[in-house]
Amino acid sequence: MSYAKAQSKSAVWDWLTTVDHKKIGIMYLVAGAFFFALGGFEAILMRIQLMFPEASFLPAQTFNELLTMHGTTMIFLAAMPILFGLMNYIVPLQIGARDVAFPFLNSLGFWLFLFGGILLNLSWFFGGAPDAGWTAYVPLSSEYSGTGIDYYVLGLQISGAGTLIGGINFLVTIINMRAPGMSMMRMPLFTWSTFVASTLILFAFPALTIGLLLLMLERIFGATYFAVHAGGNVVIWQHLFWIFGHPEVYILILPAFGIFSEIISTFSKKRLFGYSAMVFATLLIGFLGFMVWAHHMFTVGMGPIANSIFAVATMAIAVPTGIKIFNWLFTMMGGRIQFTTANLFALGFIPSFVMGGVTGVMLATSAANYQFHDTYFVVAHFHYVIIGGVVLGIFGGAFYWWPRMFGYKLDEKLGKIFFWMFLFGFHLTFFVQHFLGLMGMPRRVASYLDGQGLNDMNFISTIGAFLMGVAFIIFVVNIFVSMKNRETSGDPWDGRTLEWTIPSPTPEYNFAQTPLVRDVDAYWHEKYEGDGKMKAAEPLGDIHMPNGSILPVIISIGLFISSFGFIYREHGVIWVAILGLAITFGAMFVRSIKEDHGYHIPVEEIKNDKGGK
Amino acid sequence: MADQHVQTLPPNLEKATLEGKNKYLGFWLFLGGETILFASLFGTYLGLRGSLNGGPGPSDLFHLPLVFIMTMILLTSSLTSVFAIISMKKGNYKGLLTWMTVTVLLGAAFLGFEIYEFVEYVEHDLGFTTSAFGSAFYTLVGTHGAHVAFGIAWITTLIIRYRKSGLTLTNAPKFYVAVLYWHFIDVVWVFIFSVVYLMGIGG
Amino acid sequence: MKYLWRLLPLGFILLLAGCGKQNLSALDPQGPVADIQFDLIKLSLYIMIFVIVVVFAIYLFVIIKYRERPGDTHIPKQVHGNKALEVVWTVIPIILLLFLAIPNVMQTFTLADVDVNEEEDDFVRVVVTAHQFWWEFEYPDYDVVAGQDMYIPTNTKIIIELEASDVIHSFWVPALAGKQDNVPGITNDMWLIAPQEGIYQGKCTELCGEGHWLMDFKVIAVDPDTFDTWASSMARTVDEEEEVNVVSAEGREVFEQNCISCHAISGEGGDLGPNLTNFGERSVIAGFLDWDENDENLENFIRYPTEKKPGNLMQPFPNLADDEMDALIDYLKSLKVLE
Ligand code: HEM
Ligand SMILES: [Cu+2]
Ligand SMILES: [Cu+2]
Repeated sequence: MSYAKAQSKSAVWDWLTTVDHKKIGIMYLVAGAFFFALGGFEAILMRIQLMFPEASFLPAQTFNELLTMHGTTMIFLAAMPILFGLMNYIVPLQIGARDVAFPFLNSLGFWLFLFGGILLNLSWFFGGAPDAGWTAYVPLSSEYSGTGIDYYVLGLQISGAGTLIGGINFLVTIINMRAPGMSMMRMPLFTWSTFVASTLILFAFPALTIGLLLLMLERIFGATYFAVHAGGNVVIWQHLFWIFGHPEVYILILPAFGIFSEIISTFSKKRLFGYSAMVFATLLIGFLGFMVWAHHMFTVGMGPIANSIFAVATMAIAVPTGIKIFNWLFTMMGGRIQFTTANLFALGFIPSFVMGGVTGVMLATSAANYQFHDTYFVVAHFHYVIIGGVVLGIFGGAFYWWPRMFGYKLDEKLGKIFFWMFLFGFHLTFFVQHFLGLMGMPRRVASYLDGQGLNDMNFISTIGAFLMGVAFIIFVVNIFVSMKNRETSGDPWDGRTLEWTIPSPTPEYNFAQTPLVRDVDAYWHEKYEGDGKMKAAEPLGDIHMPNGSILPVIISIGLFISSFGFIYREHGVIWVAILGLAITFGAMFVRSIKEDHGYHIPVEEIKNDKGGK
Repeated sequence: MADQHVQTLPPNLEKATLEGKNKYLGFWLFLGGETILFASLFGTYLGLRGSLNGGPGPSDLFHLPLVFIMTMILLTSSLTSVFAIISMKKGNYKGLLTWMTVTVLLGAAFLGFEIYEFVEYVEHDLGFTTSAFGSAFYTLVGTHGAHVAFGIAWITTLIIRYRKSGLTLTNAPKFYVAVLYWHFIDVVWVFIFSVVYLMGIGG
Repeated sequence: MKYLWRLLPLGFILLLAGCGKQNLSALDPQGPVADIQFDLIKLSLYIMIFVIVVVFAIYLFVIIKYRERPGDTHIPKQVHGNKALEVVWTVIPIILLLFLAIPNVMQTFTLADVDVNEEEDDFVRVVVTAHQFWWEFEYPDYDVVAGQDMYIPTNTKIIIELEASDVIHSFWVPALAGKQDNVPGITNDMWLIAPQEGIYQGKCTELCGEGHWLMDFKVIAVDPDTFDTWASSMARTVDEEEEVNVVSAEGREVFEQNCISCHAISGEGGDLGPNLTNFGERSVIAGFLDWDENDENLENFIRYPTEKKPGNLMQPFPNLADDEMDALIDYLKSLKVLE
């Protein structure tokens, strides 16, 4: 395809076929935000039901479906994709690359995620959503649930494949595509954490793939891995699920840690304290993350030896996490701390996450875990780490990188109102839940009886949830009212890393000339030790770009269609499954025999763009 | 950026371009993930291999000679794929295609034996749903078989697609990673042979 | 507190009504197992509060002292790090964690210790089978099966074996002991002791379906003599029963026609639903539902079992004639073993 031809696509077609990491990043953000709002709405419905004892706002079955979809949506379709969006947009810029290693696969990963997510949510309209919790424990999910679970299995299988592809893509990008001088030990922490999180994806998701495969074969083809009457064992599912599931929480939190490292360092105007300790701690957390999965299973009867080992291993993770906290504090120490909205999120994160972390250590105490497990104490804990960590990280990152990604700054005043309201609502919602759990309120209950002393705190908790909901609306409003605040400098925060060296809006090819990196915080180094401009590692020349392709959409649609054939196999539509798979494999076949040589952006064009700074 | 008109091809063809290097590394990583995939299946199998539910068990079914032949076939196919890569490194494109074809044929033979084996077991009353052991066995070995089938389809596509193109910087990495994949499924089979069959017969 | 008063007919409860306890909180432990767990909770909490205080102190100090003041544009010194500090905040947490890890490992083993000396020790073994959405308590050494209320003698080690008939459930009596799961195909065990008489609330804590949130039960600790009385009356067969407890022959007949295929009384009947031998002494229906003065709740429950307990697997009896229903309820209320 010629350059001119590449320029003249309709907007819709352009987005459907794009392989540009920036556009894919934005699509991840938009889709993730949509699912975040959906999951939040589901949470609010649950909280309304729990506002008063023995309420009848929602039937128990609907409640179970909401709680399952809320958890599944938030983890797989909101938090992870939003982080993927940020990674997609930012990581190539941070390492001085023009694109990711596999632009085509990058797009495929996105479309798989999206169609998987849509499939999962369609269950609402076709016989009910999955209702066995996001952990889908067998045999409840295998023998005692309806088609909702089929949607869960296939939806997650499809979007999980997308995630795995995305993970491999980031790994290769980070290993192979760094600009000259950008050694691993000069990479920004967000890139480092993306690297470690992607490694976790690579080694954790296959366990989920197998778990889902077994569940699917059991439900659709009558296999008996989990069927006790045929000698099956229900605990195998829990192992497979948590071998995936525990690393998954680190897949979420590590990128958030990376975001905070960037924000704290930028707005303290100081280099990150203990850079190598931070990198080491990230790696150690990633490694230990694989050793502790059974701390979710202390009560399942593994015996005291296994329980003790997993308890101690889990406690060990607190050590590298503590290292990170102290290094952030010491990054701020002696700095000049600016209270921008982005930094407020980082500053709100530290105490919130510490509270979630310490309850994590309490939960790791296996003998005490028998009291905590599966109660609201656990609900409080994981919301403290997920909202206090991941979600604050996402919002912080959004305010921080918004001008880079969208060319305008979000309004600081609205941002601060949003921050305080969200933070206050969050603590109000979840702090009391620690006590609810210990006072005898199990997790995943559709209601609770009157007269057990649980009423007041549940009421308070719901008020907090409303506040978070209103706060989120303020954020959405902010997105629209701020559009006029054009940001053209490209470097609104006095940034330290390469993503701030390029003009705003970001050109398609990112860097007119690949930069030469001379230190950690490459841009800061040039600003304060050099002449303020990045050195170029290559002469100005034509830039090669990959062609867009519609095949990722087709491959994903094929799997989407075939899922219905599997779900409604009893209605004799197995041919739909075959048709869908044929579409998918056909598209893959086309891809593999068609060579794609891409196109070049001519050097004149690049000069017109006012080139790099 | 693969330039079609290079006259003298560089050494290490598979990693000569950035695309090639990315593909090479990406594929290694993918195999890392596949390792976990199979490890999960092995774990499941080991957990369930004693759960016969009144149906036949490993020692009732497995015949070493058959499995041994299958193992030999697959090991040989790995060897022929090595020959293919050696030819590639020497710039002998015809040799590459020939050895790849042999590899595919051996793979097909292996698959034939596997299908025969499964039919045999079903006739001896081990269905997919008979017992937890049956389900786990067919899933583990069948997933491997599916990988072999996919490998055959993939390499065949490559052979046909590039039958006339000669060796290029674009297709060299493709053949190379296909062979990596082939080795991988071979290694997995060695584990299946030991864990499923030898341990099954030996107790 | 209304329903506590309704417990009065159960003579032995009199003692307890005074203290008005919910006996539902892990924060108010009533036995050695819950004590161990509460102590660990407190220990971990103290250590963690220490951590929080240290972090928050540094945090507040830093953000107050180093906040940007108006007009300040200085560029801070770009410090790289500090090895000694890194060691400090690695080693101190490790030491703190050891203070928690070591007692935890010891107590994990203590709580797993269900060995008893069959001859010498005073113990009672209870097999707890969880069903969607009710509880069955079997006392193999006494030939007793009970539903919903788990009677135990005070000051006796109770060895509990946990099983499940359908999906995974989890057995939790917060005031007496933390939970263990009832897993189909697997038998788990745990132990507990109740030093004081009382009624302790129990709950299922593993999502098990629509009725999960109502899958409550009670552990009722009585003095060992009462327990023996209870167990031996529970073990009576129907024939022996005849002399002791013929109250409503008509009700018995209705029961035999409609209910006995699922519910057993005095060793006779099905096991698809809870055993009803001592139903007259229950304080609640189906694990959670108050009896009403005029027995309306019971009648309603029998006619429309899923109305108050959604997901309930009991068959509905909407068309039972009023007189049959009255007789049935009379009969059910007469089912007592402690008098
Ligand atoms: C407005 C903010 C939120 C509120 C009010 C909220 C509320 C809730 C509630 C009421 C439950 C059900 C607990 C139970 O019944 O056991 C729940 C479960 C859960 N939430 Fe949230 N949540 C919020 C945000 C999030 C976010 C942002 C995430 C993840 C990124 C998340 C992840 C989960 C998970 C994984 C579960 C467990 C689901 C399950 O039990 O299967 N939540 N949440
Ligand atoms: Cu975990
Ligand atoms: Cu239950």
